[in-house]
Amino acid sequence: MFNRASVALGLAFLYGPIVLLVIYSFNASRLVTVWAGFSTRWYGALAQDQQMLDAIWVTLRVGLISASLATVLGTLAAVGLVRSGRFPGRTLFGGMIYAPLVLPEVILGLSLLLLYVALDLPRGFWTLTLSHATVTLCYATVVIQARLASFDISLEEAARDLGCTPLGAFLAVTLPGIAPAVAAAWMLAFTLSLDDLVIASFTSGPGATTLPMRLYSQVRLGVNPEINAVSTLLIALVAVGVTAAWLIQRPRRTGP
Amino acid sequence: MTDPAPPLVRFEGVCKRFGETVAVDGVSLDIAKGEFFALLGPSGCGKTSLMRMLAGFEAPDTGRILLDGIDIAGLPPHLRPVHMMFQSYALFPHLNVARNIAFGLRRQRMPQAAIASRVEEMLALVRLEGLGGRRPDQLSGGQKQRVALARAIAPKPSILLLDEPMAALDRKLREETQLELMALQRRLGMTFMIVTHDQDEAMVVADRMAVMRAGRIEQVGAPREIYDHPANAYVAGFIGETNLLSEGDRWRAVRPEAMTLSTRPQEGARAGTIAEIAYFGDRTRYVVAAQNARLVVSRANVGAPLALSVGDAVWVSHAADAGALVSP
Amino acid sequence: MRRTWAVILAPYLWLVLFFAVPMALIAKLSLSHTVLAMPPYAPRLDLSHGLDGISAFLGGLSGATYARLTQDRLYISAYLSSLGFAGVATAILLLIGYPIAYGMSRFGAGARQALLLGVILPFWTSFLIRIYAWIAILKPAGLLNQGLALLHLPPLQLLNTDAAVIIGLVYAYLPFMILPLYAVLEKQDESLIEAAQDLGCTPLTAFWRVTFPLSLPGLAAGALLCFIPMVGEFVIPDLLGGSKTLMLGRTIWTEFFADRDWPAASAVALALLATLIVPIALFQRQQAKVLS
Repeated sequence: MFNRASVALGLAFLYGPIVLLVIYSFNASRLVTVWAGFSTRWYGALAQDQQMLDAIWVTLRVGLISASLATVLGTLAAVGLVRSGRFPGRTLFGGMIYAPLVLPEVILGLSLLLLYVALDLPRGFWTLTLSHATVTLCYATVVIQARLASFDISLEEAARDLGCTPLGAFLAVTLPGIAPAVAAAWMLAFTLSLDDLVIASFTSGPGATTLPMRLYSQVRLGVNPEINAVSTLLIALVAVGVTAAWLIQRPRRTGP
Repeated sequence: MTDPAPPLVRFEGVCKRFGETVAVDGVSLDIAKGEFFALLGPSGCGKTSLMRMLAGFEAPDTGRILLDGIDIAGLPPHLRPVHMMFQSYALFPHLNVARNIAFGLRRQRMPQAAIASRVEEMLALVRLEGLGGRRPDQLSGGQKQRVALARAIAPKPSILLLDEPMAALDRKLREETQLELMALQRRLGMTFMIVTHDQDEAMVVADRMAVMRAGRIEQVGAPREIYDHPANAYVAGFIGETNLLSEGDRWRAVRPEAMTLSTRPQEGARAGTIAEIAYFGDRTRYVVAAQNARLVVSRANVGAPLALSVGDAVWVSHAADAGALVSP
Repeated sequence: MRRTWAVILAPYLWLVLFFAVPMALIAKLSLSHTVLAMPPYAPRLDLSHGLDGISAFLGGLSGATYARLTQDRLYISAYLSSLGFAGVATAILLLIGYPIAYGMSRFGAGARQALLLGVILPFWTSFLIRIYAWIAILKPAGLLNQGLALLHLPPLQLLNTDAAVIIGLVYAYLPFMILPLYAVLEKQDESLIEAAQDLGCTPLTAFWRVTFPLSLPGLAAGALLCFIPMVGEFVIPDLLGGSKTLMLGRTIWTEFFADRDWPAASAVALALLATLIVPIALFQRQQAKVLS
């Protein structure tokens, strides 16, 4: 009884604010918190908001490119960590993988910005993309590493025994085996990129305003039903994506 | 018996250490073409390392491994005509049974039609006709084992390595599988090398076997030869049960079935009392507490049973030339 | 060994360039001083003058920025209140996260999967949006006060207070607390509890003597996973806190974007990093243990 109540209260706490936000995105009134009937006018307004649409477009492009970079690099890093035993600088490498997971984003953002200033790189789309790839590559590595660590190494040996080169065995057997984790890593990287405000604020520049940056500047001016509308769309996108991924990746019942 | 043909596999003074531990310590061994060879020993005796060196997953620190007279040190696993059946079977979970079996054939760039017919042939060989489309997780343990076998045999290796192939099977299935494996090996004329810690299994399947301990080979020979004439006390104790009786400065190893039990004093017999009686249906096993020794006697249950119970006084004897003299 | 490097080289170099070098740059910048230029700090390393350039650069570095920070009450109270906010929020998270994780682990296998998805989903949803949702709830004419008015209760002034920051921290980081706790509780063998009860424990003592001690690794992971990023949190204090809510993440941001004092921002960042080194090392060790 106590168990059920605590789980129910916990979920209510987690979902309550989100549900309210979604409900009020359909509010006819400009005042977000005063209900004035159902309306989709703010979704219409969103479609007309060129700045917002541009920001969405930038965010998607940054997310796609950085997540793909991060997944490739993260796969390599995970293979290196799980399969190579000792190599010089392994501790440093492990540290560089784990530290960005826990370091405050302001520090990461600031440090990356200093790099671009020192290299005299103009800040914009590409500096932002590289920064996101750096941070999300660490998350990708951890996700893939966990799957790879439990992956039966004798499968890879069997493939080599049957005529595969080491690379061939990886591509023919290991990669299909860890594919769900690689896909999950890409999705995680993409979502983190989509979501990031702090690192983007430091490392992006004029002409590359992301959706979170745009939302943040609007939120600072107060609540606004258009923000509710764009938030609702984002939440729906993530909910559908994550649930689909979950259903695909869910452990299957095994046959006789 | 001399064999004029050169051995298929020759290990020459092979050593392998992992960090501080010596896994294989100067092993020299020949395996002839077409034989069913068993590497027998307790876990950690180096038998698996020896097999993995032949497959190419580990490299010997010193010594050579020759296959058909050629040193294969430089060959990576994928270029060796040696295939292995893994203890965990290592069936690729994302491929169905047919594609698992075809895996090695594809690497040999065999034409599609030839692959298809070879896969069918293999499925028939291991009696899995019609299951080519199943995924590994839809198979029973015994079926998985047969797929692993078919997959390793399909590319026609010059030697098939079997790493504890029956460890995951229950007793009854294991006994059936042993007989099938022997029949299969005879039919294919292929060389098999099995690694096992189960002496009964090695005795049943192997033409010849090597008993290993702590990285070294203690004895090589046919199962019967090793059973009847163990080279030393370790081998005598590891292969079946044995009574070690001191005879001068050496030991005489006498099998329990070669001991005779009597309820009356006998010339030259050892006196003792019955400590344990275990009934096995076809035979009964008695443990007799004699002076400074526990003797094991096995008696076939034919004719009239002996009316004995724990605590009874008995006399144990054996023929003067029973068993074998071994060094300690 | 060659094969190892073929795999590891690209991510290794990438992280050296985009993580290690930038961290070194922060350290260097914290020893510089501000100037009215772009970039707004000096000295700058000028390699075109060879060794003279390097020695001039090294001579220009000083610890003056750190001296300034330790004398400014504002930085010290920002430092202390960051730790305070993170500490209080972590304690609350433990208190509410544990029963939720425990409750989840007692459901049947199918329900557990669905509940797990339920906890993970918000974690995938935009952080900014989830904090934004609280503004509408907490603001003076917001949904919370509308609810209180319906119950004839006096309104609460929460938005732009420290209490709102704590609520925001707890809300945003709750999944990070639940997941590691759930992971250890779910793995626990039910027969351990049965054995404890068989040996004379009441359900409650069985919990305290068996379940709880075994869940400590998850508890430690959850606490560290929440505490470390919360100390440097920026968005939550900025959107939910008041103008007087001081936290280091916000200080770095302000020094950097508003005051254009890059050396001060770097020095604060390093102070933050130095504070977090111990918990981060603890967390890494724990992760290494779990993975091995």
